[in-house]
Amino acid sequence: MEPTSDRGDVPAFRASGVTKIYGEGRSAVHALRGVDLEIRNGEIVVLLGASGSGKSTLLNILGGLDRATDGDVWFRDAHLTAMNDRALTRYRRDHVGFVFQFYNLMPSLTARENVELVTEIADHPMSAAEALELVGLGARVDHFPAQLSGGEQQRVAIARAVARQPDVLFCDEPTGALDSRTGRAVLRVLQDVNAKLGTTVLIITHAAATAAMAHRVIHFADGAIRKVEVNASPAHAEEIIW
Amino acid sequence: MSPLHAKLLRDLWRIKGQALAIIVVIGIGVALQVMMSGVIASLTQTRDAYYQRHQFAEVFAGLSRAPEHVASRLRAIDGVAVAQTRLRGLALIDITTRDLPINALILSLPGGAARPLNEIMLTSGRMPEAGRLDEILLLDSFAKAHGLGPGDNLRVTLNGARRQFEIVGTALSPEFIYFAAPGELVPHDARFGVIWISRPALAAALDLEGAFNEVLITLVRGARSEAVLDRVDRILDPYGAPGSYDRDEHPSNRFLNEEFKGLTASARNVPPVFMLVAAFLLYIVTSRMLQSEREEIGLMKAFGYTDAEVGGHYLQMVVLIALAGALFGSVLGVAMGRLIIPLYAGFYKLPFLLFRLDLAAFLSGLIISVGVASLGGVVVLRRIFRLTPAEAMRPPAPPDYSRAGHVAQALLERFDQPTRMVFRRIFRQPWRMLGAVAGIAAGMALSLSMLIIYDGFDEALTRTFEVIDRSDASVSFTAPEPYRVIYDLRRLPGVMRVEPVRNVPVILRKGRREFSGAITGLSTDAELFRALDADGAPIPLPARGIVLSSTLARILDAAPGDVLNVDIREGRQPEVQIVVAAISESLLGSPAFMEIDALNRALDEPGRVSGAYLSVSDGDEAAVHAALRDMPRVVGVSLRREARAAFEVIMDQGAGSARFIMGLMAFAITFGIIYNAARVARDERARDLASLRVLGFHRGETAFVLLGELAVVTLAALPIGLLVGRFMSHMIAAGFSTDLYQIPVVFAPRAQGMAIAIVVGAALASGWLVKRDIDRTDIITSLKTRE
Repeated sequence: MEPTSDRGDVPAFRASGVTKIYGEGRSAVHALRGVDLEIRNGEIVVLLGASGSGKSTLLNILGGLDRATDGDVWFRDAHLTAMNDRALTRYRRDHVGFVFQFYNLMPSLTARENVELVTEIADHPMSAAEALELVGLGARVDHFPAQLSGGEQQRVAIARAVARQPDVLFCDEPTGALDSRTGRAVLRVLQDVNAKLGTTVLIITHAAATAAMAHRVIHFADGAIRKVEVNASPAHAEEIIW
Repeated sequence: MSPLHAKLLRDLWRIKGQALAIIVVIGIGVALQVMMSGVIASLTQTRDAYYQRHQFAEVFAGLSRAPEHVASRLRAIDGVAVAQTRLRGLALIDITTRDLPINALILSLPGGAARPLNEIMLTSGRMPEAGRLDEILLLDSFAKAHGLGPGDNLRVTLNGARRQFEIVGTALSPEFIYFAAPGELVPHDARFGVIWISRPALAAALDLEGAFNEVLITLVRGARSEAVLDRVDRILDPYGAPGSYDRDEHPSNRFLNEEFKGLTASARNVPPVFMLVAAFLLYIVTSRMLQSEREEIGLMKAFGYTDAEVGGHYLQMVVLIALAGALFGSVLGVAMGRLIIPLYAGFYKLPFLLFRLDLAAFLSGLIISVGVASLGGVVVLRRIFRLTPAEAMRPPAPPDYSRAGHVAQALLERFDQPTRMVFRRIFRQPWRMLGAVAGIAAGMALSLSMLIIYDGFDEALTRTFEVIDRSDASVSFTAPEPYRVIYDLRRLPGVMRVEPVRNVPVILRKGRREFSGAITGLSTDAELFRALDADGAPIPLPARGIVLSSTLARILDAAPGDVLNVDIREGRQPEVQIVVAAISESLLGSPAFMEIDALNRALDEPGRVSGAYLSVSDGDEAAVHAALRDMPRVVGVSLRREARAAFEVIMDQGAGSARFIMGLMAFAITFGIIYNAARVARDERARDLASLRVLGFHRGETAFVLLGELAVVTLAALPIGLLVGRFMSHMIAAGFSTDLYQIPVVFAPRAQGMAIAIVVGAALASGWLVKRDIDRTDIITSLKTRE
């Protein structure tokens, strides 16, 4: 499977010398120690590393949820690290979708309403029903999170993330809270979205098996990139052995 | 419906318990404001309407006797609309159930006047028939107080002659709404009667045929009463008129105005204290509630919602709660107002009632509650917005307790794990805990100050009627008498002690301030009635100079050493200058004291007394009363216990009565605050508690973790509540003090104990309610979802 690209040679993300330090003085924690990185449009990239390796921090910075202490990040031609809060909000609104380990659905909203929460502020969203159909939940649109299984909740979260047709989908341990069969189903949805919509997908995981479905795998440890593997023939999500 | 609106409504439903507690607390604050100002607006309007419909006169003048034709000269005065003459006399009523005669005013009925001034309103029976000289009407409240009505007979001493009248009806009048018998401080229905009789009958009894001795005047619109008063005085001066006066000086109207002023003061000063506490609680709760929404706020921002959009959403939630509180408060306030106003109307003897909602009170309550709620929301949201979405979505990092922690750690080692959980949480989130402590303390302070106020009312009565006044009875004479009348009184069997008193009506002036009242002359060795200083010690009355009560000193802005211009309104009406010698503490009225001989010297009437204080040996009261009744010079006898009872009625049914409702509301607020604290703690910890249950803790042990926290917070709030309550009670006492009486602040251990009991009781009840909730909650659900 070839990555689909709609932007020619301009990469989706470029990062150089990105550092992130939490706290100050003796209690300071270096989460990122100078990360250089390039992600192409339409790729599925898996960030692989132990917990605490800094991969979530990197994803938060790329997604505009957090700010780097130092270094530069570009999304296409936009200089993310130079943006103010308002511009970052705009960026998240127009280009980005998130999927979190614990789904982070609004418990007081139904599946459909959780998706609509996002489509309401998007320019060219698909309908909530369509997005839920895409993740195989067409029959459970009016259920509240408490009435859905973990896998179903995560698929709602994915529907919510893709419904506004973002350029990039950030997934932080999307299968971390799921059993292997459900996890595989969720990964297949991500793969489908990438294939059908050409969305760039960034997945964070500490489960090495997930790496099989990526175009590229970035190994992370101690706040820095240790190794980048290119996967010439990514496996189909269903084939992944947990 | 947009998903945000759906979320809003469902979130509100989710926090309904908490929201309800807030709604109740705000509601009570607003309700009190709406009710009190509604009561005042309604009473004032009703009074005005009553005055207008019954043509209450605007200028009044009494005189000895003038031929009827003088009235036409009064009618010709520029600015006079109507002038009507009538007859007025003093009478004594013999009531078989009472061994002392009762003072009464006897008035002529207007007869044929088409629109009589001070028009009476018949409440039972009929008007006396023309030509019937023995038929009378009796003042409704007096008749009720003595169980009299149409068909009953009344024995009356009029102009020295005993006569028997038949009561044919009872009536209300705008000029006798609220008034005290001569020589008494406060009104008492049973102590003063008013009789209406046909003019020919009264004219015959008083030898006033073809003449009048009182005139009632209304003014044309826009006329100045000062100018009219002046002209009236000039015309009536040759006929023994002591001076005309307008409505401001009319005893009933003046007393009613004083009462309304007292009511207005407590309406204006007390509810804001409640609003303050409610607003403070609202602020704490709002900020705490939004704090717990932190992760959702981060998530919405992650989706690309702007600060304004997120802020708007959560502010809507807060404002909706505040609005609901304000609306609930208005409805409650109006409902309570409707319940309470008839009681006031009955007390003030208003014949009908106009209920009116005071829109300004509602609006200010609304604006305060919504404003404060929004402020609390904005403050917290700004703090959350400063975080990046990534930070907001993470649970807040625990504060660094590595240093302070060691001490606590050593301490905690002694306890079991659940106890440690309780203390850790308190140490980890000190601000949150302090918020809860402050909220409970504020509620407690409110309850405590209301309890202190209750004690203050009792104290005012005790100090006045047991410390200042220790007599059994006080006697007043028809006119100032030579001193030897005191010896006559002393000779009465059963009388143990008699002390002379000289009461003189005066106008006291200092600079532009003036007060029209009386100076009480007492002997230096007085024991039955004394001037006391702030510590309760008797003030020796100086050979020269005047002792002012602290209220009067405040009104005149006078201090010891200042010289007052005293305009004496009796006898030859001299004007003298008297130096202020000392300030006394008095809780009732605004008295001024002088040594009796010094006062007589100032009047140039040596050796005169206008009354006496008596102490009577137990068992001899009846004999003494009978003897007093036969003394022709005695115009009135007032018993201390009756005066005290009259005052109690004023305090419990007049302006002071609001304290009972306010007390109830204070207790309700206190409960609301504590219950809310318990609910919030439960909501925040539902997951932890479920985890504990999973780990094998019993329900009781699990509840301990939560209730232990509530207990610690409540205990911490007690001393703060006691302290703040002391401060707050001064504010509320000032609000309840009127020109008629002052409410002292006394910190009785009983009030403090009661306040503690209320708070602890509310905590126990809240704890029980919350524990019942925990027991009912399904563990799995709590583990899976928030709430």
